[in-house]
Amino acid sequence: MTTQIQARDLSKRFERHTRRAGMVGAMRGLFDRASETVTAVDAVSFDVARGEIVGYIGPNGAGKSTTIKMLTGVLTPSSGEATVAGFTPWSERRKLAQQIGVVFGQRTQLWWDLPLIESLELLQHVYRVPEQRFRENFTMAAELLELGSFLNTPVRQLSLGQRMRGDLAAALLHDPQVLYLDEPTIGLDLVAKTNIREFLAHLNREAGVTILLTTHDLADIERLCKRIIVIDHGHIVHDGDLARLRDKIATERTMTVDFDDPPTLDDQLETRGMRLLDQTGQRVRVAFERSRLTAPDVLTALTEYGSIRDMSIEEPSIESIIQHIYKA
Amino acid sequence: MRLYLELARTSFQQQFAYRAATLAGLFTNSIFGVMIASIFIAFYRSQGNDTVASWTPDQTVTLIWINQSLLMTVFIWGWWEVTRSIQSGAIVSELLKPFDYFSYWLSRDLGRAVAHFLLRGIPTFTVGAIFFDLLRPAGVAAAFGFLGSVTLAVMISFCLRFLSNLAGFWVLDHRGVSMMYVAIFNFFSGMLAPLDFLPDTVQTIARFLPFQAVLMVPNEIYLGRMPIWQGLGVQAIWIVLLTLLVKRILRAGEQKLVVQGG
Repeated sequence: MTTQIQARDLSKRFERHTRRAGMVGAMRGLFDRASETVTAVDAVSFDVARGEIVGYIGPNGAGKSTTIKMLTGVLTPSSGEATVAGFTPWSERRKLAQQIGVVFGQRTQLWWDLPLIESLELLQHVYRVPEQRFRENFTMAAELLELGSFLNTPVRQLSLGQRMRGDLAAALLHDPQVLYLDEPTIGLDLVAKTNIREFLAHLNREAGVTILLTTHDLADIERLCKRIIVIDHGHIVHDGDLARLRDKIATERTMTVDFDDPPTLDDQLETRGMRLLDQTGQRVRVAFERSRLTAPDVLTALTEYGSIRDMSIEEPSIESIIQHIYKA
Repeated sequence: MRLYLELARTSFQQQFAYRAATLAGLFTNSIFGVMIASIFIAFYRSQGNDTVASWTPDQTVTLIWINQSLLMTVFIWGWWEVTRSIQSGAIVSELLKPFDYFSYWLSRDLGRAVAHFLLRGIPTFTVGAIFFDLLRPAGVAAAFGFLGSVTLAVMISFCLRFLSNLAGFWVLDHRGVSMMYVAIFNFFSGMLAPLDFLPDTVQTIARFLPFQAVLMVPNEIYLGRMPIWQGLGVQAIWIVLLTLLVKRILRAGEQKLVVQGG
């Protein structure tokens, strides 16, 4: 498989002026300003293959957006190297721009005063998209993202969801090979979120677009990404597939069992490697280590306390997995 | 090229959306035109309507009205879109496009200038011509020379504005830069009075600065006080110098771009 995005030891350090507290501090600041160095991204390395969708996640301020800005070429890294679609982003920014699409959930790349359709047509000229190709891409986007009802509305009057859909359409008119999405579903309602996820999945499947996605919405990840890269305090703390991450970190599973009659439990459970979470009437929830016990083991052990009517097993949620990583 | 034409066209059209602002602006320019022209007429009367610093009363009054009419076309101050874009972080989306950032804004500004010439320039000058005896261009060549000179003046003014906007890469608040710029411009451009009215030393300094190429030069070509090619030549030199400077500083700014707000 060809590598589409390659990052090697990318680092970005910022100088930040600090303000001293109080009146005297503010006046001193006029003459000598104190500053500190902040390392936003620290020696980050990864490869993304053509056609992959990678979730790039981490808490606020972890360095996600900074990484993306370096990979688009807007920010020059303090050290390290990167290649995207064959270009070095920061020194070949304009050439790279032709090959990538970028969507920032928090801001628009459309022209505020222009109706959506005119913004899109202007972008046709910006990227020099042949008329035929533009029509095809435009029609596809307009249909899947349901742009029809607000094409003639000035961008500033669009709702957040509409604007987001407009921005997505704008990002792919020129057939980009790589799509960077920085929180594409932030602030949207469920319908709009689903709509956008389906659209991205379609784009990846049909056009083989490589997607790097940052998000706080883990449902985006579950729907779209097989692989996630977790960054925290500028470091990569995990890079791998979602299922393996779950195996590695979430070692405990939970079983919920409904008995015919409320059972009387004893400390035998503990010695067999189960942990009672709670019991309400006939319903009992126990946790167990997946490395020590299998689900049938647990079920067999529980039948000794009464006949069982129903059972279910819960895998840990991605939220709890991610939280676990951040804390580590 | 097609892109830059499209950008100019959309920006031209956009100006037609602001009807109330256009009327209010026309009103303001006219009031200032009447005020400043009246002060000069009173001043000339006290001098026995003689020429002052080689300027006749009609020439001075015409300059005042040309300046008021061109104010919005060359768009002297009050344009901070690039600074705002740097500070809001919107510049990121603009830098992510495969176009030349400077040419992008320049073509938008030229489209805007054409609209302002039609919507603000001609109406303001008409108001002036109704109330005062304004001079006509010194000849057919001077008339065309004036139009060419105004076009170059827009580009010089754009470069100057763009430069002061780029300060946004280094300072967080543009008000300081803005105040200095307005003061310097008004003083050295011939905005409030012909440059010849100023003390000799100041005049000499002003002649070596780009600000006079924005207002004085078009006026002098219009009035036939300066050979057309000399005026256009001076303006062209300023455009080349300023463009080089802008590109240089823009590159430096991009290098140290700290994107505000994540």
